[in-house]
Formats: sequence, C-alpha cells, structure tokens
Amino acid sequence: MVVVVLSDASLSTAQQPFPRPQFSEDWLAPPIDQTPVPEGARPYDWDPVTGIARRFIPGQPGGMHTITGLAHDRMSKVAYDPSINEEGLRARSLKLAALQKTLKAPPVYGAPEGELLLVGWGSTQGAIEEAVDRLRAQGLAVSSMHLRFIQPLPSGIREILQRFKQVMTIEGNWSDRLNDELIDEDNRRYSALAMMLRSRYLVDVDCWSEARGQPIKPGSVVDVALAKMKSPSKKNRG
Amino acid sequence: MGSALNQCIIRIHEEHHALEDYQGGVPRWCSGCGDNAILAAVQRLCRDEDLAPERTVFVSGIGCSSRFPHYMKTYGFHGIHGRAFPLAEGVKMARPDLNVFVNTGDGDCCSIGAAHWIHAIRYNMNLTVILHDNHVYGLTKKQASPTSPMGLKSNTTPRGAVLEPLNPLLVSLGVANASFIAQGVDWMPEQLYDIIHKAFKHRGFSFVRVIQRCPEFLPRMFEPWLHDPGKTLLLTHANGLRPSAEVSRTYRNQREHDPLDIDTAREIAACEDPIPVGILYHNPAVPCYEDRRHAGAPRSPELTRAGLDAELDKYTIWPEERDSQPAQAV
Repeated sequence: MVVVVLSDASLSTAQQPFPRPQFSEDWLAPPIDQTPVPEGARPYDWDPVTGIARRFIPGQPGGMHTITGLAHDRMSKVAYDPSINEEGLRARSLKLAALQKTLKAPPVYGAPEGELLLVGWGSTQGAIEEAVDRLRAQGLAVSSMHLRFIQPLPSGIREILQRFKQVMTIEGNWSDRLNDELIDEDNRRYSALAMMLRSRYLVDVDCWSEARGQPIKPGSVVDVALAKMKSPSKKNRG
Repeated sequence: MGSALNQCIIRIHEEHHALEDYQGGVPRWCSGCGDNAILAAVQRLCRDEDLAPERTVFVSGIGCSSRFPHYMKTYGFHGIHGRAFPLAEGVKMARPDLNVFVNTGDGDCCSIGAAHWIHAIRYNMNLTVILHDNHVYGLTKKQASPTSPMGLKSNTTPRGAVLEPLNPLLVSLGVANASFIAQGVDWMPEQLYDIIHKAFKHRGFSFVRVIQRCPEFLPRMFEPWLHDPGKTLLLTHANGLRPSAEVSRTYRNQREHDPLDIDTAREIAACEDPIPVGILYHNPAVPCYEDRRHAGAPRSPELTRAGLDAELDKYTIWPEERDSQPAQAV
C-alpha cells in the first residue's frame, strides 16, 4: 500500500538540537526469513484483524509467486474478473481501517474545551502552539490540536472538535478569503484539511492559510485567532 | 566413513528439478510468438543448472515480454514500464545470493527504460538480461517501437515509421563497462539456449538481444531469414560458441570472432543483414558493481552500531561532562 509522507520546506530543512539517541538492537532489521512457507499458504492470504498479508520473501521454499501491479488473485496471478477487482479494493480499504484502529486521538494543547480550537499539521506546530500560549496568557480560551495522521484520521477527533465553539485550521496552502468580492459560501475553496474535517465530521470548520512559501509566524496566528473570536463568522454558520 | 555418510545424506537432501518445476502456468502469448521460444530455453537452463526455484527471481517491466515471470514457478517481480533494471538492481544489491534475471521488451528497454538500460550496462551487476525484441508494441496492439523498421505502418505511424530503427547491440557496445553482449533469434532454439547458458555463466551484466517474431502484428517480417540460412551469420570462437555439426550443415555462413575484440564486435553489430547470431562481446574481467561496492558483506549489529556512533560523535556535545570536569589551569 502506498504511504505518502507530507512535508514542507520549513519542516524538512529545519535544524534543532535533540538528545543523542541511545542505540537499541530493536532498530536493526530482523534477519531475512528463509524458512519454508506453511503448506497451503497463499501469497495474498491476509489476517482480517491486522489487515496484513504475510509477505513471502525470495529464498523461502514454497512461497514462489510473481508480484504484479495488475489486479491479481490471492495467488498473485493476474486476474481481470469483476469480483476480484472488488475484492482487492475491499481488502486494501480494510487494511487501512485496521491501521486506523491502532491510532490514538491527538493530544489537545491548552485546555480540552473552550472557545476556539486551532487545528494544524506539519511544520506549523511550533507557531500555532506559541500563538496559543500568547492568547491564553491574555485569558482567551484558545487551544490547538496537531494532526500527525491525516488519512486515515484517528478516532476521537469528532469529540474534541465538539468541545469548542469554533474550529479553525491553520495551513500552509491555498484557501479563498471571504473578503474577496468574488468569493462567497457557494464558491469558497477551503484549505485541504478544513475540507476533510468538514466532510468527515459535519462540523463547521473555518480555515486560514498562507501560501507565501515561508513559515507561518506565531504573530500571524495570534492576529487571525483574535479576529476570529471578535467576529464569529456568521456567514460561515449557515 | 563418517564423511562419506555425510556426503550421502547431503546427496539425499539435494533436490533435483524437472522442467515442470519451473513451469508456472500456461502462457497467454499468441501461438508462434517468439516469447515461447525464450521461455523454453530459460526453463531448460534452470533445469540444467538445477537452480533452486525459491532462490531465483525474474524481474520484468511491462509488455508482452514482461509477462514472463508469471510463467516461471520462481519468485518474480512484474514491475512498471521501463523500470525492470532498477528493480532488478535493487534485488541484487539486497540479495546477492539470488539468481536474478531480467526480461524486457524493445519498448520497455529501448524506449521508456532507455536511460535505466544504459546505466545498468555501466553498473555491470551480475544479472542475466534478455531483450525480447519483436520490433513492435504487441500488448497495446501494434504501435511503432524504437526497433521498428523504417516504413512500418502501425497505429502510431499510419504513413510508415519515419526513422531508422535503433540498434540495441550497437547502443550496448557503446556503453562503458559493457561485459557481455550477445544476439540470438527465436527460430534457432539450440543456439538460443547456448547463448542464454553462456550469458547465465558470465558474472556481470549479460545482455542477450533475442530477435523474435510477432505472428500477430509482423507475421512476415523474418520470412526471408527463415527461408535462407545464408542470411544468418553464425559467430564462432573457442571463447564463444561452437555450433554443432548439425547446425553447421544448415548455417554455413560463419565467422570466427574473438568475443574480446570490441571493435570487430561493433562492426558485426552494425550489420542487420545477415543477422549476426552468437556472442559479440564477452569480457569476464570487467568488475561487477556489487564487488566494487562490497555489497553483500555481512552487516553485523556491531558494524551498524559503530557506524551510527561515529556519525553521532560528529555532532554530539556533552555539556554535563564538560561541567563536571574541574577547570584546569593551563
């Protein structure tokens, strides 16, 4: 299954001190399994609990098969019949679901409930949390949540979102601004994360984003949050 | 006595394989397709060399040719278009203990994968490569490939292909570190087997171009060569191949060619009629990439730890240690 790790320039080129890691043998790749494959096992048999198929490694007697990018049956033979196509899609989707079951809800920074929750992902964590500190120092009930997994999203996020009166994402990508003449609630493009949260949780999530190719600054986030709290977006609330 | 007994036990446990042990399913290629001839030769090679099926890997890209791994009862990697070489290189780097073969077509190798092909030759890893060259894209139903003859009318060249074909032998012979370049034709099964056998025995990147018929889209293309054995030039040498008396009776057009002579190899490679068949170039002295890189050397936990520590030592500062040391007067 394809895994995409999202990053951006300020995250991938950032430098910061960290404690020297203590070497652990757990880091080492396990020895390559060369034992015979159990009688009757097929290359794409999978565990319905973990969603994982045991991979047969070259050198394992009895496990010979050909990996292919084409639709295939559980023996890894190319197959074009409709039922196998659907079975493959279902198995891959359930594999993702099994992974999702292992994810923990992200921690909330600040208080677990309040007026405004800022949601971010990636390199904006430091800026958002610094902004939350400044706003809370002013006595404002602002918290933040930083997502590590975006697809699939861990369980428990819905409940976190519902504990705040307003939710807003902070992202380094494009979203339309409502003060532009041409933009209204019918054509506004939300930033990517806001769109995902809205569609999955049916929660009214607003967004603020910048696409300037530079790190988002804590001061900008403070200004945005203050503006948001001063004038709760009636236009946005339907 | 003891050692003889051990020998006996080892014998008993040694597996011997029959042709069927390498047959992975009924090929879906057209009848008369040259791919079938290559499959037969390769399965024979596996049996004769008694290759353990579980320690043998066939890697391919996309196309008719690249269905090949599915028809072998070994491990296989039916990869993505043009990328058979990097996949095979990865397999070989991680697992030098495996026999790794590459099956690629004239579209896969000479068009979309051409850059990988050139660098694969230069890397000279120990891989046995077969270029299934039928001069046309068959799986997608007749489009001109880089080796299609000039004037070929196809779905992409309705008024005839406008360019001279690319010559895979000449390209290969022009790349640094080339170590084994040969050519076979699907209608000479004995020679094809001998060439593939020699290729397998070479330690390095053995490149075998097989000129093959596509009965569906180019049914008459090689008829003149089939009808006139004089249009085939058999290359012979003590360090190359010696055709059997039977083959020599039919194919009398022969040339003594030292496989170490790269200049003559290039001259022969440039010739398309007669078609040269045999070993054009073979230099066992060219070092393999995996030997230069010392890949396959056992990476023990201690080695990994030492490497990691050395890297971390470059950047680590130890403030506690420095603070605990009493200041010394210098």
